[in-house]
Amino acid sequence: MTQQNRLVSGGRIDRSETLTFTYNGKKYQGHKGDTLASAMLANGIDVVARSFKYSRPRGIIASGAEEPNAVLQLGATEATQVPNVRATQQELFDGLVSASTNGWPSVDTDVMSLVGKVGGKMMPPGFYYKTFMFPESLWDTYESMIRKAAGIGRAPKEHDPDTYDAINQHCDVMVVGAGPAGLVAALTAARGGARVIIADEQNEFGGSLLDSSEQLDGKPASEWIRSIVEELSTFDDVLLLPRSTVNGYHDHNFLTIHERCSDHLADIAPVNSVRQRMHRVRAKWVVLATGAHERPLVYANNDVPGCMISGAVSAYINRYGVVPGNELVVMTTNDYGYQAAIDWANAGRTVAAIVDTRTESKGDRAETARQLGLNIITGSAVIDVQGSKRVTGVSIAPLDESGTKVTGSITKLKVDTVATSGGWSPVVHLSCHTGSRPVWDDSVVGFLPGPTIQKQLTAGGINGQYETSVALQEGLDAGLQALTNIGLEAVELVLPRVEQLTMTAPMILFHIPHIKPTSQAPKQFVDYQTDVTAAGIEIACREGFEAIEHVKRYTAMGFGTDQGKLGNINGMAVAAKALNKTIPETGTTVFRPNYTPIAFGAITGRHCGGLFEPERYTAMHKWHVEQGALFEDVGQWKRPWYYPKGNETMQDTLNRECLAVRDSVGILDASTLGKIDIQGKDAREFLGRVYTNAWAKLGVGKCRYGLMAGEDGMIFDDGVTACLAENHFLMTTTTGGAAHVLEWLEIYHQTEWPELEVYFTSVTDHWSTMTISGPNSRKLLEKLTDYDVSKENFAFMDWKAATVAGVPARVFRISFTGELSFEINVQANYGMQVWNAVIEAGKEFNITPYGTETMHVLRAEKGFIIVGQDTDGSVHAYDLGMPWAVSMQKPFSFIGKRGMQREDCVRPDRKQLVGLKTIDPNVVLPEGSQGVFDPKAPIPMPLVGHITSSYWSANLNRSIAMGFVKGGLDKMGEKVFYPLADGRVIEAEICSPVFLDPKGERQHV
Amino acid sequence: MLHIYCPHCAEYREEEEFHAAGQAHIVRPLDPDACTDKEWGEYLFFRKNPRGLHHELWVHSAGCRKFFNMTRDTQTYEIKEIYKIGEKPSVVDSSVPQEIASGAAS
Amino acid sequence: MQHYSGFGLLKHSLSHHENWQRVWRNPTPKKKYDVIIIGGGGHGLATAYYLAKEHGITNVAVIEKGHLGGGNACRNTTIVRSNYLWDESAALYEHSMQLWEGLAQELNYNVMFSQRGVYHTCHTLQDMRANERLVAANRLQGIDNEMVDAEQLQKEIPTLDCSKNSRYPILGASVQRRAGNARHDAVAWGYARAADALGVDLIQSCEVVDLEVNDGKVTGVKTKQYGVIKADRVGCAVAGNSGVLAKMAGFELPVESHPLQALVSEPIKPFLDTVVMSNHVHGYMSQSDKGDLVIGAGIDGWVGYGQRGSYGIIEHTIQAIVELFPCTSRVRMNRQWGGIVDACPDASPIISETPVKNLFFNCGWGTGGFKGTPGSGHLFAHTLANGKAHPIAEPFSIKRFHDGALIDEHGAAGVAH
Repeated sequence: MTQQNRLVSGGRIDRSETLTFTYNGKKYQGHKGDTLASAMLANGIDVVARSFKYSRPRGIIASGAEEPNAVLQLGATEATQVPNVRATQQELFDGLVSASTNGWPSVDTDVMSLVGKVGGKMMPPGFYYKTFMFPESLWDTYESMIRKAAGIGRAPKEHDPDTYDAINQHCDVMVVGAGPAGLVAALTAARGGARVIIADEQNEFGGSLLDSSEQLDGKPASEWIRSIVEELSTFDDVLLLPRSTVNGYHDHNFLTIHERCSDHLADIAPVNSVRQRMHRVRAKWVVLATGAHERPLVYANNDVPGCMISGAVSAYINRYGVVPGNELVVMTTNDYGYQAAIDWANAGRTVAAIVDTRTESKGDRAETARQLGLNIITGSAVIDVQGSKRVTGVSIAPLDESGTKVTGSITKLKVDTVATSGGWSPVVHLSCHTGSRPVWDDSVVGFLPGPTIQKQLTAGGINGQYETSVALQEGLDAGLQALTNIGLEAVELVLPRVEQLTMTAPMILFHIPHIKPTSQAPKQFVDYQTDVTAAGIEIACREGFEAIEHVKRYTAMGFGTDQGKLGNINGMAVAAKALNKTIPETGTTVFRPNYTPIAFGAITGRHCGGLFEPERYTAMHKWHVEQGALFEDVGQWKRPWYYPKGNETMQDTLNRECLAVRDSVGILDASTLGKIDIQGKDAREFLGRVYTNAWAKLGVGKCRYGLMAGEDGMIFDDGVTACLAENHFLMTTTTGGAAHVLEWLEIYHQTEWPELEVYFTSVTDHWSTMTISGPNSRKLLEKLTDYDVSKENFAFMDWKAATVAGVPARVFRISFTGELSFEINVQANYGMQVWNAVIEAGKEFNITPYGTETMHVLRAEKGFIIVGQDTDGSVHAYDLGMPWAVSMQKPFSFIGKRGMQREDCVRPDRKQLVGLKTIDPNVVLPEGSQGVFDPKAPIPMPLVGHITSSYWSANLNRSIAMGFVKGGLDKMGEKVFYPLADGRVIEAEICSPVFLDPKGERQHV
Repeated sequence: MLHIYCPHCAEYREEEEFHAAGQAHIVRPLDPDACTDKEWGEYLFFRKNPRGLHHELWVHSAGCRKFFNMTRDTQTYEIKEIYKIGEKPSVVDSSVPQEIASGAAS
Repeated sequence: MQHYSGFGLLKHSLSHHENWQRVWRNPTPKKKYDVIIIGGGGHGLATAYYLAKEHGITNVAVIEKGHLGGGNACRNTTIVRSNYLWDESAALYEHSMQLWEGLAQELNYNVMFSQRGVYHTCHTLQDMRANERLVAANRLQGIDNEMVDAEQLQKEIPTLDCSKNSRYPILGASVQRRAGNARHDAVAWGYARAADALGVDLIQSCEVVDLEVNDGKVTGVKTKQYGVIKADRVGCAVAGNSGVLAKMAGFELPVESHPLQALVSEPIKPFLDTVVMSNHVHGYMSQSDKGDLVIGAGIDGWVGYGQRGSYGIIEHTIQAIVELFPCTSRVRMNRQWGGIVDACPDASPIISETPVKNLFFNCGWGTGGFKGTPGSGHLFAHTLANGKAHPIAEPFSIKRFHDGALIDEHGAAGVAH
């Protein structure tokens, strides 16, 4: 198919390179330099979407980020689907596949439009709040219908094949926008020696100059742009980022830039490249040179394809060599609108009329139009449009001076394109992100950036300055100001000559009246994507939604993917009129990040899949993997959970591992336990304050178990601490709690007790810890060390420095299984070697590696708690039945002491940790089961406590459990009932949690 | 994202390296056992939570692990000053009685 | 009150929708009210409605410094559920849940309460234990909640990655099937309209600058726009601003206000027809009826009243979502925003008398206030009408922070309520 709307010359496209793309299954051609939108217009594609609520055909309106309609599904394969791509921002590449998103059977012929036509009348704003309520039971059905109709594109069904990056950047001056103001600001700052980043959302720098036929220094603007960019490229400390949208402006001058590295090349990024990259920028000063968006006028049937904003018409002609129609009518409230007609006429096509709502214009552009012989109709407006899938004509009528009433008869004109200009809205979005509210300015007829505490400067269109000459000057001023602010010397920069055009003041007009009242006139769209009309806004106001936020929420205005870039100001104007207020009295409009949408993948960067969070391994990890261990995630650690062999079930494995430990010897990798090295002359005193028990008398060479509580008395960690020397201790913590404990110690030391001399160092990663446990553990250790590890020389709860397998080690004789146990600690880089030596030496004892699950069973047989499993932050040491671990006699009021004595903490009927034996020994209570005293009580039943730990004990040949029971410590022998989900009620007897070896004889051998 | 000056490292670093530890200048009662439940509860849980100037405790957790104080506007997020533990803030809300200035070590 | 229905829409379409009644009046405040409620968010408006409807107290004003439902009411991620752990909270949230059911009909305003289920995914054995405990408790408390294994979960939520390939593979989930979402704006507007119809004065753009307290008793509120307005009783339901009002009354609260951020994707075709929350990878997501993926996560760690937080939280949240739903990687994030949440140390709210007589506070809902809206309003109305708490609200007194009877819901509250 030919590109019937393509001009033979002109524009910034490369006609020698033809690119083929697909839209709705049909192949078309465009050129390098096209956007998808310009290529579609070149091919005369009118309908690109169906509207959200009324299924009306929609065409391309704009040429940039403000486009509300041309939102397409992209992607040649399932995995590379991208929903909701704005065709005006998507560069064309060969093989691009696109599709419209709504409409059945097609976007051209959509049966839903009938529903829109007939039912549209019944869909005023917020209609869904007023209906779908009866009968109540049908809401689910209504809702699923609504959901199917809603949404634009679709997510892929396959995982993303691309990768994304994030990079941190620092600069002196961040320039946002590379139009005339931004380019000059950047160059000024660069010449002054500043570190500069300049980013622009378009594929090339130049901003609005790319779209215009304006001349700088008597030459095409492109030449000036090229010279500036060339000079900027010579600076080492200047980073130029085209195809990069500054999407968020956060506190303390932190900005995010979304760079699209390969979306202009193909569906999928080239090999070894990333698809997109986020720049996380910390800038000393920011220059916002973000320009302005043109406002369309609001008139009847203004959504018929062929209705565009006038600046876009110029952009398509000047930049892409595409004239998006044959016969144009322009409606404008200002001089800028004339440019579209001038460009159109210069492209050799018919301008039917320029309809100026003002009584006259004496400006230079109007004069040019007159010289071209164009038909200018003043004091009038396009009040209605004919056509459905393309404009076929317009109705023009005279207006009164205020623009609120039609005053004369209608003239009809046959045209296929309507370009309107209602003036410009500064792009203040980024300036709002940190909480600053924009301020209305009557002379600009728009909102300007409000006061801010950010280190922010503004230049050009964002300040309501739309003339190139002024924008250039403001860019220079901003660049110089930035240099001064960061303490650099000012520089010289000569601005190019630009023709100064005279202008006649614009008319303040947003909403074109119709001969009928707004409520009865054909639809006059304010926000295209969300189908919000002027009548809808009036209804909202009439119903009492008077705050502009209420209007927006009730009508959904501004909630589309364009975030109201075209419609918000017009909507506020319509609301203001309806409420008989001024626009600033109606409120203000605040924008939030993102300026334009960003792929989740880009924000995720590399932090997905295996890199979502780091994985922490012990030095022996490889061995565990080789042995076929299954792993448990504990914090970031991968801990061996159990080591199945052959066809074993999990329970088989646990039984084997548990029996092996109690019968001979087992080995556990305990390296993940937190280890904190504590030194200083007040270390002992400090321990006494942070643990609930006493530490004053712990001798060198001894170890002790301690409980750690918060100021509320509740237990949050536990572990064994060894006295290495008089002023030197090694504290162990739970695997998951290590970081928190270290910060806990530091905060008390640094803020409460700085007078204590004590130092904390995390040494978790420095040591490999292997626990050998079982009656043969001493025999095994003896094989590996010359040190005398006899009962007499190496007592329970002692630690010794010894050489194990030829490696210096600290060996702790402590036990979490209740068996004779030794914990061998060696420098982590010897861990694997020593482990192998232990395994080798242990073969004769059939040494069995065991994981966390067996460890849990063995400790439960002994009634030892696991903090986090048997505690939940709401229990203190007495609740746990561990008064032996609290020393109320300590002179210093240790952390937790006062807390655990509060009124509610000393109630006798608190939930207390006890042992529980099921009456049927073969039944293992599910962990988490909730107990009741009266199984026949009606629901809601009074709950008396839950099961925290529950296992099959192969050693005891029965089930065992620990759990909380209200007042349980005084209820030994009494029964608790556990009603389960499957209807069973399990009866259990309260007992001591020490199920095995209550006298502790096994660990003392 | 806050940009925070660590007074110990003498550098501006990103917020991600730090951890907010709540209101500053809360002094642990010297004799907890003499506190009533109410007094202990107030120490544990009750906070100024101001809209405006807030003196708060931060730690350079992924850096030097040292704690320090910050005066920050909780409305604008502007950091007014950084000062070390044991020092007193110089930027204070004039509408608030100066009892915070009498805070002890922390 | 004008009755809303499909038939009404048809009828009004014939007159071009020119004759709809106002949803609420715009009254000038009287000199004195029986009860003044400060805060025209969901909780304040619900309180006013139930005061009028259940207690016959209609000489009531709701005073709102901005516009109705303009704070957290319109900034939350609209999750409604009642599967909390402790008996006290379970009773509170289930009370609310039962009011949600049928609320649209009661208010004659479609609040779009959609019982599409809420899943809590479990990624570690510890997660599994916590959820099994919760499910077991809920069942005996009369609250629906059940466990599903990873295989079943994959069938129920095809877009969720239940494979073993992720960093923290999903081991299972608990699901409350009666839980779901509602349309946040509609809840505030529906209560406002119904309260107005019962005679409650809704005073917008009226800022309370001080409380009038005499002899330890509140007697009125001082406003910027209308001076002092007297009241026999005053109830505060101002969420993030509770600390500011408490300061006016001369006391502190066990509450800190933090930024809580949320975000939405662009609208896409149906992708997720339920709500998925993960405490472990720290993110949650649902899809609105408009098609946006609605995503939230944890709070910023510092006090903030700016209705915005740090970008790092957004980053981590999206990472979590892509981890849970890898197919969202090419979907695009549209917009983010923040609210101010008043969080209590035990992640449970406060519905309580205060050291000032006749002054009552309803606050501390943290990240979970939306679901509590009807229940909170209902119970707070009882407190304001009777001068003392409803039995369900009793454990949620400020007193618990003195005697230690905290209701620690951090586990059940998790990533967000």
